[in-house]
Amino acid sequence: MYAYDELDRTLLHERVEEFRDQVKRRLSGELTEDEFKILRLQNGVYLQLHAYMFRVAIPYGTLSSKQLRALAYVARRYDRGYGHFTTRQNIQFNWIKLAELPDALADLAEVGIHAMQTSGNNMRNVTSDQWAGVAPSEVEDPRIWSELLRQHTTLHPEFSFLPRKFKIAITASDHDRAAIRIHDIGLRLHKNADGETGFEVLVGGGLGRTPFIGKTIKPFVHGRDILSYVEAILRVYNQYGRRDNIYKARIKILVHELGIEKFGKEVEEEWQLLRDSALTLDDAAIEEVRSRFSYPAYEKLPHMPDELKQAAHDPLFERWRKNSVFPHKAQGYSIVTLSLKPVGGPPGDATAEQMDVIADLADRYSFGEIRVGHEQNLALPHVAKRDLPALWKALDKVGLATPNVNLVSDIIACPGLDYCSLANARSIPIAQELTRRFANHDTAGLIGRLHINISGCINACGHHHVGHIGILGVEKNGEEFYQITIGGRADESAALGTLIGPSVPYAEVADVVEDIVEAYLALRDSPDELFIDTVKRLGVEPFRERVYATR
Amino acid sequence: MTSPLEQKKIRITGPSVVTANRTHDGVVIYRTPQHGWSSRLADAAIVRTSDDARALLAEAVADDVGAIGSYIAPVEIKDNGEIAPGNLREHIRSEGLTIELPVPA
Ligand code: HEM
Ligand code: SF4
Repeated sequence: MYAYDELDRTLLHERVEEFRDQVKRRLSGELTEDEFKILRLQNGVYLQLHAYMFRVAIPYGTLSSKQLRALAYVARRYDRGYGHFTTRQNIQFNWIKLAELPDALADLAEVGIHAMQTSGNNMRNVTSDQWAGVAPSEVEDPRIWSELLRQHTTLHPEFSFLPRKFKIAITASDHDRAAIRIHDIGLRLHKNADGETGFEVLVGGGLGRTPFIGKTIKPFVHGRDILSYVEAILRVYNQYGRRDNIYKARIKILVHELGIEKFGKEVEEEWQLLRDSALTLDDAAIEEVRSRFSYPAYEKLPHMPDELKQAAHDPLFERWRKNSVFPHKAQGYSIVTLSLKPVGGPPGDATAEQMDVIADLADRYSFGEIRVGHEQNLALPHVAKRDLPALWKALDKVGLATPNVNLVSDIIACPGLDYCSLANARSIPIAQELTRRFANHDTAGLIGRLHINISGCINACGHHHVGHIGILGVEKNGEEFYQITIGGRADESAALGTLIGPSVPYAEVADVVEDIVEAYLALRDSPDELFIDTVKRLGVEPFRERVYATR
Repeated sequence: MTSPLEQKKIRITGPSVVTANRTHDGVVIYRTPQHGWSSRLADAAIVRTSDDARALLAEAVADDVGAIGSYIAPVEIKDNGEIAPGNLREHIRSEGLTIELPVPA
């Protein structure tokens, strides 16, 4: 966990009161909507189809049980009893009343939660691997660096009025769970040949209308230099943003237009001016942040406790364990993913009741800690293996033990046309139908790892470009149609998917996906060849043929 | 549905209403013939020409305290005179989500 200091707390309370005053002035007519909009966006408040939407940050995806209870309370007290976990370690509430927002923010501030860096053209919530600090073979806890960047960029003028929004993600493991290659800046913590810790820096990733996979701009930047290096990138971006309208866009466009070499050269020049400035982190500053992350006092526990041996006879438990339980750095412990993708449910939603139960289970089994991942699932990061059977039973009771993590029904989806004012088409009902088609978890298990991502418009909030199967809602003569891509991925081998053919109407999407999956099962060279690898080996053609032969 | 937020020129091709969200709670509202707002589509003022649409929108936009994001939305007038939303987006705004909420109201 991370312990906020008094300064952070004072800042949060001051901001809530400032916003309370702004809301009051808006409601009395003293502020126009034009004047107010930028203020509400700085506090995570959007307008959606039916109501205001309130986006709250969960920095680097780490929550305490107390914080999760506060989110449950807000869901119940100010919203309709649930929240939606997003792909960027935020949670959204969909029915908040403007007049009550300051109270909701004040309640969250009590537990150190806020909505800064969740919207507007500024630096967004710096995201991280949800297994940070517990993943085996991690170089170092990446949240230390997320937090250093968060502190440096929060309310900093250089980062608060950018040409567009700006997103950074950090990972410290070989397997990238933070999708760093689709962020404006992606940082991969690793050690160089001299054993020093630093970052591979990637820039220019992003999805939306013009998707790009980020490119490496510098293979190694020492940890102490990361603030000055990021600032150098931002300065180059900001300069172009001001000079020429074309570049008043995302950094990915700038990197693409200039080319990574030229962009890198400009950053390097800028960095030479900055690198030995006050931005250089000294060991004490790094140590100070490091010391505020606390880790549980793990017991020395057996690798294979009796409880687990016994439970292994229950095929339902085993099925869940095989896809929801992951290795931990401490012997005798596991990381447990809680699927927020029940069959027939909206991906990423959790009810207030579920949040309260998870908070209690976190207290009992995970040292009071919960994690939020970009796949719109939660995790309990420190579960003793002996507790797994009991935890499973408790989760199952409240619908949180769907054994589909990383399988075809573990779908990432944006809110789409049911909620979103920018949408072309619905996302959630498509996801729900797909989870019903693949409701048999044993069959899904045989299909193996397969990520489906759905966005209701080109803004790509559901990361459709990097879904193994990506589904994008478009409009055709006032009707909902969907473009289908295959072969995308968001991990360390990130790639954009390829369109398989003309868009298909709403009613046919689930059939098309089933066809694609059937084609894969027929084409894979062994049950071990993942969908994504079959697509890579064969290209889209055989899938296209299968889907369009009868359409 | 192309988002009406991208609405640039005002040109309507059929019966339309002006809709927005209520400032203090975000609830969907419709401009009424009585120069006020209602949360019921049935109460909405119907316009049939681009000029009338422009005028109704101007009136709505002028109420910056009461409403946010006013725009013109198509409707369908049924044979019995009932006003129905003109597209799926407006249907969802007027009738609610096409899915069940995680927690029943
Ligand atoms: C419902 C209200 C939402 C609105 C109005 C909204 C709006 C947008 C817009 C306009 C963009 C594109 C901005 C740009 O490219 O500069 C965007 C991007 C994005 N949104 Fe949302 N969004 C919403 C909800 C969500 C949700 C629920 C998620 C997660 C499930 C999400 C995740 C993202 C991500 C990850 C991107 C970045 C895609 C990229 O790399 O370009 N958003 N959003
Ligand atoms: S992708 Fe489009 S429809 Fe989906 S949430 Fe983002 S803006 Fe809305």
